[in-house]
Amino acid sequence: MTKDGVSEDPRGGDGTVAGGLPDSAKPAIEVHDLTVAYRTQPVLWDIDLSLPEGKLIAIVGPNGAGKSTLLRSILGLVKPVTGWVEVFGAPYRQRRSWVGYVPQRESVDWDFPTSALDVVTMGLYGSLGWLRRPGRKEREIAVSCLDKVGIADLAGRQISQLSGGQQQRVFLARALAQDARLYLMDEPFAGVDATTERAILALLQELRSTGRTVVAVHHDLQTVREYFDHVVLLNMRLVADGPVATTFTNENLQRTYGGRLTVLTQAAEALLGGENPEISNPNV
Amino acid sequence: MSPSLIVILVASCVAAACALIGSFLVLRQMALLGDAISHAVLPGIVLAFLFTGERAPLPMILGAGSLGVLTVFLVEAFHRTQRLKEDASIGVVFPALFSIGVVLISRYAGQVDLDLDCVLYGEIAYAPLDLLYFQGNSIGPKALWVNGVVLLANILFVIVLYKELKLTTFDAGLAAALGFSPIVLHYALMSMVSITVVGAFESVGAILVVAMLIVPPATAYLLTDKLSTLLGLAVGFGVLSAVLGYWLAYLWDASIAGAMATVSGALFTLVFLLSPSYGLLARWLRQLHLGRNLSDQLLLLHLHGDDEPQSTDQLARRFSWRARRVETVVDRLEQREWIRRVADGIVITPSGELAIEKGGVGPLRHRPASQ
Repeated sequence: MTKDGVSEDPRGGDGTVAGGLPDSAKPAIEVHDLTVAYRTQPVLWDIDLSLPEGKLIAIVGPNGAGKSTLLRSILGLVKPVTGWVEVFGAPYRQRRSWVGYVPQRESVDWDFPTSALDVVTMGLYGSLGWLRRPGRKEREIAVSCLDKVGIADLAGRQISQLSGGQQQRVFLARALAQDARLYLMDEPFAGVDATTERAILALLQELRSTGRTVVAVHHDLQTVREYFDHVVLLNMRLVADGPVATTFTNENLQRTYGGRLTVLTQAAEALLGGENPEISNPNV
Repeated sequence: MSPSLIVILVASCVAAACALIGSFLVLRQMALLGDAISHAVLPGIVLAFLFTGERAPLPMILGAGSLGVLTVFLVEAFHRTQRLKEDASIGVVFPALFSIGVVLISRYAGQVDLDLDCVLYGEIAYAPLDLLYFQGNSIGPKALWVNGVVLLANILFVIVLYKELKLTTFDAGLAAALGFSPIVLHYALMSMVSITVVGAFESVGAILVVAMLIVPPATAYLLTDKLSTLLGLAVGFGVLSAVLGYWLAYLWDASIAGAMATVSGALFTLVFLLSPSYGLLARWLRQLHLGRNLSDQLLLLHLHGDDEPQSTDQLARRFSWRARRVETVVDRLEQREWIRRVADGIVITPSGELAIEKGGVGPLRHRPASQ
């Protein structure tokens, strides 16, 4: 274990998931007959889903399609009316330490009196458990995670003094600190600048290269093909899921978004862009 | 111990305990719920009196604690029906419970060693007279013991659960995902608030409890970006209000509770105006500074694009500024030698051009590099 270098991961190892690469036969997430309702209003209806490990997976769908609710169901934060969710073959409660969570940036009060480093350290609270306090080791891990997202120099900065992109990086660093096998992210690319978007993408790809799975709610249809391997198309019901190449089709997008023309135009552009990723066509 | 010292010590204990727990109410944006609890515990206290027939601290705390939890539960239950917003649910629940307490006091006035005046305005001046007995011997004022223990409990609560309180306050979603139940912590916190307000209730009365619970943390919030510092400052402001308030009350022969709340309000106002980072004055100065920089920059950039000298009248028309404003900006820029007055107007100087090139003029300098 190294203690001096901030850029080195104090947990040591080769950066791959603890316990070696997992059994690929088992899905990362298994959702069975899931129906979720807020009061009497169904939000997710009879979802059956199996998501593979080691992929970057996008959850795509219109506003109110239940994307965030699906993430929250996987995390056990909402109680389903029927059905169950399993993470690596067991209920979430038994898999907490395997799962990292990045909530929507707007879900917290950024005026809270705390520093970037402190927020990242919160990712380690789960491994500390009740009552134990973060110490020097946790601090070092947190600094190394801030370094991985490129903002180690902002460790001491009060969080309201960070730009939107920097705040998103803090949230990602916090998830990295959780050192999870599966990352659930609620719109990690929302409202960030282009530099941050590239940095986040590079980070996701690095996570994938070490065998981790990332499931992200994603809004930008244009970038689905470029960024993700696997896609879940959702509109209260599951419309389709599978590899981006075969699932992210015009037909499936139409079924997901219905007759919303602007979105369909956007989708068409995304498809065209996806077929010719090297050529940017100004006439589209 | 002199009676004055006892009163000051009791008030300081109450203020410190309230400030500590109140900080989390402020950060959770639940100040109003704290106010509600501080009123709604009254029937619990009265019932404890009626059942025990004396002012026993433990039943009082239990009574208040259960009413506090009931308040939180009822507020959430009404809110959950989605027929009432949260503020309206609070507004419905706490007057109902408080008024039950008021009715109980007036109905059983003979049996209850409590009157409405002391409920509303506190009775801290009598704290030195009410002694606690242990095996027949006096061991000091009861209020000091009760509030000392409550303060200790608050300190322990915050120290032991510091990490958990911080996490659930900042990000309840992550807390739940990591297995720290936000609901359990919410109710634990609210129970502590209920217990704490019992002491505050007796000392400063129902009306002013909120001054101790909310005002010192709100003051501290304006001064720091660090949670632990905020807690320390809040306790400091609470105790300072108590001590200064007592002194003022003594000086003016006025209500102790009133004087303490007045001082805490005055401290808040002072900090609100003068805080170096978030104060009104600092913000005003910053805006003035930025506004000046912007004017400077606009004028300079305008001259930069024009080879012809510009008269101040032209500039005034161009920017829709009053002539005086143009003069002030021109004077400022001239002093920095970025512009020069010539016969038929104003021109930019080479060092002015250089300033633009370097981006050294006003807000240009503050443009974030990453975007």
